[in-house]
Amino acid sequence: MLRLEKVNKYYRVGTHSLHVLRDIDFHVADGEFVSIMGASGSGKSTLLNILGILDDYDSGEYWLGDTLIRSLSERRSADYRNRFIGFVFQSFNLLPFKTALENVALPLYYQGVSRRKRNQIAAQYLERVGLRDWSEHLPSEMSGGQKQRVAIARALIGKPRLILADEPTGALDSETSQQIMDLMSEIHSTGITVLVVTHDAEVAARTQRTIRLRDGKVLGEHEASLSNPRMAAMPADKPADKAAAET
Amino acid sequence: MFSLDRWMEVFDTIRRNKLRTALTAISVAWGIFVLVFLLGLGNGLNHGMRANFARDATNGVWIVANKTSEPHAGYDIGRRITFENRDYDAAKQTRGIDRITGQHFTGANRFSNTMVTKRGGKANSFAVNAVHADAIYLEAHEMVAGRFLTDVDVRDKRKSVVVGRPVAAFLFEPAENPIGEWIVVGGVPFQIVGVYSDPSGNEQERQMYIPISTAQLAFNGADRIGLLSFTVGDAGPAEAQAIIDTVVGQLAERHKFAPTDHQAVRVFNNVEQFQRFQMLFWIISFFVFLIGMGTLAAGVVGVSNIMMIAVKERTKEIGVRKAIGATPRSIVLMIVQEAVFLTGVAGLLGLSGGVASLELLGKMDNDFIKNPSVGIGTGVVATVILVLAGALAGYFPARAAAKVNPIHALRDQ
Repeated sequence: MLRLEKVNKYYRVGTHSLHVLRDIDFHVADGEFVSIMGASGSGKSTLLNILGILDDYDSGEYWLGDTLIRSLSERRSADYRNRFIGFVFQSFNLLPFKTALENVALPLYYQGVSRRKRNQIAAQYLERVGLRDWSEHLPSEMSGGQKQRVAIARALIGKPRLILADEPTGALDSETSQQIMDLMSEIHSTGITVLVVTHDAEVAARTQRTIRLRDGKVLGEHEASLSNPRMAAMPADKPADKAAAET
Repeated sequence: MFSLDRWMEVFDTIRRNKLRTALTAISVAWGIFVLVFLLGLGNGLNHGMRANFARDATNGVWIVANKTSEPHAGYDIGRRITFENRDYDAAKQTRGIDRITGQHFTGANRFSNTMVTKRGGKANSFAVNAVHADAIYLEAHEMVAGRFLTDVDVRDKRKSVVVGRPVAAFLFEPAENPIGEWIVVGGVPFQIVGVYSDPSGNEQERQMYIPISTAQLAFNGADRIGLLSFTVGDAGPAEAQAIIDTVVGQLAERHKFAPTDHQAVRVFNNVEQFQRFQMLFWIISFFVFLIGMGTLAAGVVGVSNIMMIAVKERTKEIGVRKAIGATPRSIVLMIVQEAVFLTGVAGLLGLSGGVASLELLGKMDNDFIKNPSVGIGTGVVATVILVLAGALAGYFPARAAAKVNPIHALRDQ
């Protein structure tokens, strides 16, 4: 699915150069459910930006599928984001002046799908996250959990192969967090690769595998088996099929 | 380029962000309104002043015979000068003179020319100007019926008379046609050949014109002329002065007074006066233009400000759209399209408001402000400038915002 080889990233601050990511090496297989954990400042947001083709890196290689992602044109990277990746954010990032339905339909607008058609599809996706009756509501009229569900529906509508979630439960209470993570698992079970960035061990525990970052380096990988009995039986080398089969 | 879906998206955004929309629209509409209103007001002021000036030809020169104040060629001071027909004939040959007329004063006093005019049982005293055919060009009258005096009237000493509108109104019933009718002027019957009006009003219209030759014959005027008037075409003040010097020089030679004697003949030069007024018009126009430009500049700054703030406010929205798959181009297009649409509509509103206010102002009868209006071109150009300003003011921040890393845009809250 995706593979990083010795990826380095620097930020230039005045005359100084900040080495944010140091020789990042890891891969995520098709259909895996992976978390990236690290304290703030560990470089996990930068890593997510690079994975989401929202930021460039300085050296190394990032392969998404069979494509080397490096200095793509704005147009092509926008197209990849639109068709390949779905984003879920900590603060939901719904457009406040659009209804739930219109928010979900927005990615299809950028694919050139007609208004009528995309609203139809958006209604299906809203139903899938259990918010059929909320389609005409504005985000300001919804709870945090509902907003995140809308955001997830929006991330799914473009039929992405990869969901990138940036602290998806960071703004939610623990019960709602559980529900959102349930939804994430459900998405994963349909064969979509899910990558969650978090600093919450409980969230990381719900995934199959955790990649730990500290000071821009990969510390090591931990199978989720110890803390998650449901996934304990899963062999590490063939996670996707098994996970799909078990859930 | 045209995409219904994008327009829907633009309308949607405009409709759902009412405060932002209202602020932008008001600033643009107000800018255009003030600009149009001021320019129109300036034009009205200009027209008003020109109308006041329009009683006589703007390029006219009047030379009046007077008394000498310097001894010359053996003559003492205080000698009265009187022009004669030959002075008119000579002046007519002068280069640069366009239209020329003499005037014979029929009255008992030197410049009095009022005579009793009768028709049927009605009688009144009106000024009677005994002139050549070119007089109409110097007085800047407009014919409302019939014709003015012609060279034939003068040559044949015809008893033709051209009367002002109020004169005709006094002598005739509204239903009557005065043309061809006979009236008695100073005891002599004259036939009306025309009726005139004058833009500067009543006083200039309570007069009549008869051929100078007829007056000299009928009222014992010999070949005397009291006033020579002529126009100098489009000559500037210097050329006009040269022409005047030539004419006065000839008169001085013929009537034996010193050319330097400014009392012997009095010269009234409208060219110079008009030049001064034109300066005033120009200053007024320039002032109005300056204020208009200032207003427009303020409008441009205002629109730019609002656009920049609006884009800033939308940083997060832009980040979301980008993460979802919007290309930077589509984001810039969306914002610019919205800006152009909004400023365009608001500009047209301001334009209509300004034109309507000017229309109202024009309806009020006022001597100083006449026909306040703005060329539609000016209004459209001003609107286009504001729309362009709105587009540019939207474009640059939108481009910058579209380049911002969406994650930064989204975290920035």
